[in-house]
Amino acid sequence: MRRLDEQEIRDIANGSAILGTGGGGDPYLGTLATLEAVTKHGAPQLMDPEELSDDSLVAFPFIVGAPVPGVEKFPFGNELAQALRTLEDQLGRKVDAVMSAEIGGANSMIPMSLAVRVGIPVVDGDLIGRAFPEIQLTTLTLHGIHASPFALADEHGNGVVLNVIDNFWAERIARAVAIEFGAVCVGVAYPISGKQVKVATLHRTVSFAGRIGKALREAKAAKKNPLDAVLAAADGVEVFRGKIIDVERRTQRGWAVGEAVIAGSDRFTNRVARVRFQNENLVLMVDGEVVASVPDLITILEADTGAAITTENLRYGFRVAVIGIACQPIWRTEAGLALAGPQHWGYEVKYVPIEQGAGAA
Amino acid sequence: MRIGIDVGGTNTDAVLVEGNEVLASHKTPTTADVGSGIITALENVFRGSNHRPDEISAVMIGTTHFTNAVVERRRLLKSAAIRIALPATQALPPMIDWPADLREAIGNHVYLVHGGYEFDGREISPLDEKEIREVAADLKRKNIRSAALTSVFAPVNGKMEERVAEILREEVPGIYVSLSSEIGRIGLLERENATIMNACLQELAITVVRSFRDALNRLGIVAPFYISQNDGTLMSSDYAEKYPILTFASGPTNSMRGAAFLSGAQEGVVVDIGGTTSDVGALAHGFPREASAEVEIADVRTNFRMPDLLSFGLGGGSIIRQNNGHMTIGPDSVGYELTSKALIFGGETLTTTDVAVAAGMLDLGDRKKVEKLAPGTVQAALDEIHRMVEVAIDRMKTSADPIPVILVGGGSVLISKPIAGASEIQKPKNYAVANAIGAAIAQVGGEVDRVFMLEGSSRDEALAAAKREAIGKAVEAGANEETVKVVDVEEVPLTYLPSNSIRVRIKAVGDLTVS
Repeated sequence: MRRLDEQEIRDIANGSAILGTGGGGDPYLGTLATLEAVTKHGAPQLMDPEELSDDSLVAFPFIVGAPVPGVEKFPFGNELAQALRTLEDQLGRKVDAVMSAEIGGANSMIPMSLAVRVGIPVVDGDLIGRAFPEIQLTTLTLHGIHASPFALADEHGNGVVLNVIDNFWAERIARAVAIEFGAVCVGVAYPISGKQVKVATLHRTVSFAGRIGKALREAKAAKKNPLDAVLAAADGVEVFRGKIIDVERRTQRGWAVGEAVIAGSDRFTNRVARVRFQNENLVLMVDGEVVASVPDLITILEADTGAAITTENLRYGFRVAVIGIACQPIWRTEAGLALAGPQHWGYEVKYVPIEQGAGAA
Repeated sequence: MRIGIDVGGTNTDAVLVEGNEVLASHKTPTTADVGSGIITALENVFRGSNHRPDEISAVMIGTTHFTNAVVERRRLLKSAAIRIALPATQALPPMIDWPADLREAIGNHVYLVHGGYEFDGREISPLDEKEIREVAADLKRKNIRSAALTSVFAPVNGKMEERVAEILREEVPGIYVSLSSEIGRIGLLERENATIMNACLQELAITVVRSFRDALNRLGIVAPFYISQNDGTLMSSDYAEKYPILTFASGPTNSMRGAAFLSGAQEGVVVDIGGTTSDVGALAHGFPREASAEVEIADVRTNFRMPDLLSFGLGGGSIIRQNNGHMTIGPDSVGYELTSKALIFGGETLTTTDVAVAAGMLDLGDRKKVEKLAPGTVQAALDEIHRMVEVAIDRMKTSADPIPVILVGGGSVLISKPIAGASEIQKPKNYAVANAIGAAIAQVGGEVDRVFMLEGSSRDEALAAAKREAIGKAVEAGANEETVKVVDVEEVPLTYLPSNSIRVRIKAVGDLTVS
């Protein structure tokens, strides 16, 4: 167990933006809120999953709802503690530690914000290893573990507990509750034992995000190539480089869906890449061939600065590098691909592991 | 006949414009009192044109004075930040992301009170008037004379901010009140930041607007005067006294609008090459395209209307270096020391201006001093300058199609060859006073930024309602109804929600009604 200082918290936030694969929400406000909570309540403790006792109780806090209301009525203050209390009342016992549901994007910061308020540690890990926009897309679903009881709370002190038959219903009902709470609120779900954390979650992904953020920061300070630093820290591979020449967007079932077209440069000259996205970047095709696909991580970075570009900020003219990072092995199992592979998102392409796709490209 | 004035940090420019014609212009150093610089510029304009002050129908002024005041942390008024939001938003109190010295400069007076709205217009909590009167009493006790009011989702409904303003005015006579609903878009922290900055500029705004008014009176100009806003539209001088922050970044906007006017281009890329840096921006319908992301001013994050500019280190004073056959230009510049440090002025630094003189593109200084430069070096430098401009233009274009390029600013002499991606290149006459021209031709606008729930109404109905409202706001601000057009429609779906909600942002502009 170790305490995280401000620098480490910022590194984790910056690394999580890269693991957000273009979505997951901007960690800016969440980072500020965490640092503010740290000023008031002290630094968060980061705990290795192996340090948990098997019978300890761990839960997963996250933001539920839409990003636009979230920038007006940010819910990650006392709302978090309220949601945790609601869950604890339902379970009849205290939660011993919290853990990130989603290391990619804004939800990377939420457990820290809650943990320091109630004085419990944060477990080093998460349930996705990247960003996904739906509650059921977690490793716990793959292990047959329920999201419920699932507590949601608002700023007034209202709490709602969902007892649902499966994690798909959790997603649907939570969104309906979120609308009543102002289209954005917080939830604490997936209460599990320390033993379950050890077998069914992704370990040390908070440290992983921190290492990526740190590499980026140090490369900038030393005026070294930030892209190389990110690739080395994330064990990623550059799968394309070029200039964005077209971005097409449309709305489909409430999702921001689209495609960015990139004309190749350097060793990709004369080649054309297409990145298809639905909030997150999901499929990369180069000259018509799939090079990378969800659940592997596809992140578009500004070529000179190494900064991650979110799907809503993709624009003509950006000089970009597209990097691929292998997803956690559990997502590559048959069940993992059935839950979150390309077909889940409506793409009629076969999943190609990044190592294979990058080698071919 | 109109007058456009640009009061910059260094120079004050004035132009006299009739219809599409620039009748006269003058450039003079900006003075500490602002007013005497304006008088000098205007006297020269009248003298040079044989026109009289009583022929003027309107005066438009652009100024960077308020931006500079915040950047330099001077003449800022102690202000209170009042957020109408409880019990929501406590995770991030007001001014949380401000630099400590700026927060200190205006005092750290933060209040959170009950109220605010949800995205769909429901109240988070009712306003508690007793609570507001207690805040007012505290302001009185602390002798705080300016307050910034920000309610959650004020762009959806500004009524609570208005009611709090009424109460504060009753309780604290003479207090200045800034409302976030008048300033920014959705994004509580950023809109609040802009509103607080506005609050601390209240006294300076009165002083500066008065000095504008006095200068015009002294010259016998009786026409109404307007101040340009960051989106290239005008506000009345009375409104500018209340909302000086809306002048932030009006300089680059005016420069781009001036370039559009001088060239006649509605769509295109404007490249403004100065002494140290170049600014590149895109024109859409004759207006600068706006930045989509948050913009930092004086290290504070805001989200209000700013032109989307790409700045890079190329100007007339940029330093040229050669290392192992590799050439770099800028980003550093000899700046105002050009006339002592550049080779053509007897200095020892190779600058872009030296290269332009050596290539015969410019007649300046002592040409003999650059005769010894290798032709290969001159050529390589020119190639690099053009490449830098090409990359920047390409970055700001919105499609791969060739697009008109308009060059303004003193450094535009550096561009002599065709530019890749440009359908044509224009270097309009009077480019040096593009800012003042941009002010002179400014129009009046109205904007709506709102979330619509598409239950019971179609998307088209929602867009039509928003357009009507934006047009209404433009007319209210003084636009001639017949000339008002919707120039920008942005529609963003609210993702992650089952209900069909969209956020719509619409801007309408029209010509100023001039009697």
